[in-house]
Amino acid sequence: MSQVFDRKVFEEIEKGRKKWEKELEKIFASAPERLERFSTVSDREIERIYTPADVADLDFERDIGFPGQFPFTRGVQPSMYRGRLWTMRMFAGLGTAKDTNKRFHLLVKEGQTGLSTAFDMPTLMGYDSDSPRSRGECGKCGVAIDTLKDMEDLFDGLPIDRITTSMTINPPASVLWAMYIAMAEKRGIPRKVLGGTIQNDMLKEFIAQKTFMCPPEPSVRIITDTVEFGTKEVPKWNTISISGYHIREAGSTAVQELAFTLADGIAYAEAAVERGLDVDDFAPRFSFFFNSHLDFFEEIAKFRAARRMWAKIMKDRFKAKNPRSWWLRFHTQTAGCSLTAQQPYNNVVRTALEALAAVLGGAQSLHTNSLDEVLALPTEEAATIALRTQQIIAEESGVANTIDPLGGSYFVEALTNQMEEEAWEIINKIDEMGGMLSAIEKNYPQQEIADAAYHYQKRIDEKQRTVVGVNKYVTDEETPVEILEIDEELERLQIEKTNRVKSERDNKKVQECLERLTEACVEDRNVMEPLIDAVKNYATLQETCDVYRKVFGEYRDPGIY
Amino acid sequence: MNEVVEKVVAGDVRTVARLIRDIDDGVPEVREILKALYPHTGNAYVIGITGAPGVGKSTLVDQMVTHLRKRDKTVGVLAVDPTSPFSGGAILGDRVRMQRHSMDQGVFIRSLATRGHFGGLTQSTRSAIDVLDAMGKDYILVETVGVGQDEVDVVKSAHTTVVVVIPGMGDDIQAIKAGILEVADIFVINKADREGTDKTLSDLRLMIDMDHKKYEEGSWKPPILKTQAVFDKGVKELLEEIEKHGKHLIESTGGLHVRRKKEKVRDELVEMVKSRLYEEVVNRLILTGEFDRAVESIVEGKLDPYTACDDLVIPKLDL
Amino acid sequence: MAQGRRIRIMVAKPGLDGHDRGARIIARAYRDAGFEVVYTGLHQTPEEIVEAAIQEDVDMIGLSSLAGAHKYLFIRTVELLREKGAEDIVVCGGGIIPEEDIPMLKEAGVKEIFTPGTPLGVIVEWVEQNVKPR
Repeated sequence: MSQVFDRKVFEEIEKGRKKWEKELEKIFASAPERLERFSTVSDREIERIYTPADVADLDFERDIGFPGQFPFTRGVQPSMYRGRLWTMRMFAGLGTAKDTNKRFHLLVKEGQTGLSTAFDMPTLMGYDSDSPRSRGECGKCGVAIDTLKDMEDLFDGLPIDRITTSMTINPPASVLWAMYIAMAEKRGIPRKVLGGTIQNDMLKEFIAQKTFMCPPEPSVRIITDTVEFGTKEVPKWNTISISGYHIREAGSTAVQELAFTLADGIAYAEAAVERGLDVDDFAPRFSFFFNSHLDFFEEIAKFRAARRMWAKIMKDRFKAKNPRSWWLRFHTQTAGCSLTAQQPYNNVVRTALEALAAVLGGAQSLHTNSLDEVLALPTEEAATIALRTQQIIAEESGVANTIDPLGGSYFVEALTNQMEEEAWEIINKIDEMGGMLSAIEKNYPQQEIADAAYHYQKRIDEKQRTVVGVNKYVTDEETPVEILEIDEELERLQIEKTNRVKSERDNKKVQECLERLTEACVEDRNVMEPLIDAVKNYATLQETCDVYRKVFGEYRDPGIY
Repeated sequence: MNEVVEKVVAGDVRTVARLIRDIDDGVPEVREILKALYPHTGNAYVIGITGAPGVGKSTLVDQMVTHLRKRDKTVGVLAVDPTSPFSGGAILGDRVRMQRHSMDQGVFIRSLATRGHFGGLTQSTRSAIDVLDAMGKDYILVETVGVGQDEVDVVKSAHTTVVVVIPGMGDDIQAIKAGILEVADIFVINKADREGTDKTLSDLRLMIDMDHKKYEEGSWKPPILKTQAVFDKGVKELLEEIEKHGKHLIESTGGLHVRRKKEKVRDELVEMVKSRLYEEVVNRLILTGEFDRAVESIVEGKLDPYTACDDLVIPKLDL
Repeated sequence: MAQGRRIRIMVAKPGLDGHDRGARIIARAYRDAGFEVVYTGLHQTPEEIVEAAIQEDVDMIGLSSLAGAHKYLFIRTVELLREKGAEDIVVCGGGIIPEEDIPMLKEAGVKEIFTPGTPLGVIVEWVEQNVKPR
């Protein structure tokens, strides 16, 4: 044990505190405090000052320690940013595969170290561009992928054996991943060397982002198929990115984001263990994805608490032995929901503060939002400023000179402890409900988030929370911002392209492949090999997803408000 | 007016929708229309579905609609949601779970708010049932949260009333005893894959057995069915049971169907008279200020409420 | 029966995007303002929304879109209402809608567009002034 504070100091502190408070009383008697209540973005009340008394039991070894050592409060790798900076991974995807490919080449040239793909809504939902449900949506908020041909165009000329690729995709994640593997193998690159991430986190979809296809149980089964396949066949791939980002964007508090995300992680780990996998074989490939919102210290405390909690979950609950399994590695994106359409250039500042919190919280990779994200898809210029923001933090500000510079701050340590404690309470509640799947069925997380989101909006409307340019310092003049337009022609061209692929492929072969996929689904065999076969033969995204829908049924919005 | 009646009978969706709105909003002219529509009613089979919030009523209704459509039956749905006691507004969210039938011309779905006023819900829902009946729907499903007396009264006008519970409700089953048990023709334990299903089943069975002693030989004993509406399990069986109950109503000796119908007519008429009286008398008293004056007098101690009531009512009713 | 007219609004999420935070919040705000709100849930086609709006006899449809498909989805909704002779139902939109798209949407018949950051009170007031129970 290595108690940080000697018991004797507390008496002195108490004395000092009383003296200080007496002085304060005098000051506030003539002019009261600036606010009635000081609270965070999540409406957590914050004290006037923090002292060793707020972290009286702090134990250096147990609670803080060294980076790379249990419980990893200060970072997962021993060297952290002294060794290598975080990966600056900017999300890109627009229009057709060929357009996005151009953007990718540019980003790599600009010094970006990892690619991140955004898909359009039909792709995210498992529909082809020619589906009636896709009308008006093709290429709108990302790239449209219908067949392997699109995947080939998307990564044409890019060194996929050397760069890592992150794909933000959920219900059809297995299909898109199969396409990526098929594309690589056709180029002669073996699956063993492929590195990257698929988001593949369905639980947070039911909870927050609402991009869903099949009901929760079969969804987790397909995810477990990918975890199993990745563990055995594609060892450098992160098969799942357990995401709190969308939970927060849907309006949760910071603690809810923390707790629901870790509870999702527990559910996936349990499913994989039940499948017969050894926790130390798959857990090192689990990665996380958090939001970085505006409340600077609350966010930093959240990241630190998350690492410490996951380490305990893996070590104590799952009995993982490999220290790599204890690591909570995470990607961060600055909070899209914190940006405003009013005075959009202010968004650069918001994003910079959020990015700084992510860095001080020890993120492994970071996406910074573009100033125009709240208006439309980012323009090239806006995306470049966002990337430059990270580069300035990394190479000019000096914050990456030392590891966990805020460790030991009374405030940050107290906040870290407090958030951890509250998150455990939520996780225990979910355990009592029978785990995350039952909690979702009971609409527990959905309802909690809906309530928090409404509370937050009310506070803004009642001006209890300031949003600059929206409810304070409002100006009338409009700031013209250049906006990226997606060509309306695109939908027609994409449909034509897919039709061409369909007419040139061997349809009998496709049917056979789809039948084999159906069998794998029904007979509870891993879907990945039949999927890779199917997409190699140019089965479309929707054709494969229709197999899922037919076998497992479709999930529909329970409509919690 | 005749035009409205004709359009309703012809199944015109806009007219029907508008008429139900007028009923709900209390437009006085609808009375004449309802009178003229009445001869066109009496052909639909009305099923009431009631139970506590969260038991999955809407999902069950959604699946029932699917099955009825497979049999080529047309369906009307009335989904009743509670009104916020604070603002008088409401979020009517049951439709979410049935929205996939939106494009089906053989299905008409309407959300109603309870609006929390005396007799209003019962009356307007009954009138809405009449409208959907006159519109030619074969089945009318009425979904309510079984909490208030009003809502229990609503399902009383159904041919078959289904009470939905979920496992592990514990004390809630006791609560059911009081109000809803007497109206239940069929019990459904939804989400029957959950822990506690057997316990709920035996609790219900015990309750029915105890209660059932008061019924005469050959009367309908409410069966208990297990469903998992989300997975469409047990829904087909539920519809079969509803059909059985319907046959029982019609065929059972002793003219149960007729008697039951008569009881229903009685109940409905009592309700209708009650709410009409309320409306005519109370509203007028409020409008003229007599009501408020009486309240003042009682508060000031000048009058006792019994005398005040006599003073208000007797002259109005010519008693 | 003497109740008087009450404003009925359909809050709908057309298209495939699942970001329903705004739609859910606005539904609650409408309820708290005393309106009756019919919520359609996610992933609706304009056809499904219009059919439901007619069955529910609403005075207004509030559409929410955050993934850039508003041009097709909003305009198609207005067109369908017109085809069905139900153009008296007011259509409003909200979400991520670029400023430059607004004139075109309004010209097509969308009565008002609320962009991010509009206070709930402002939206409710607009409804009270511009949507009359019919």
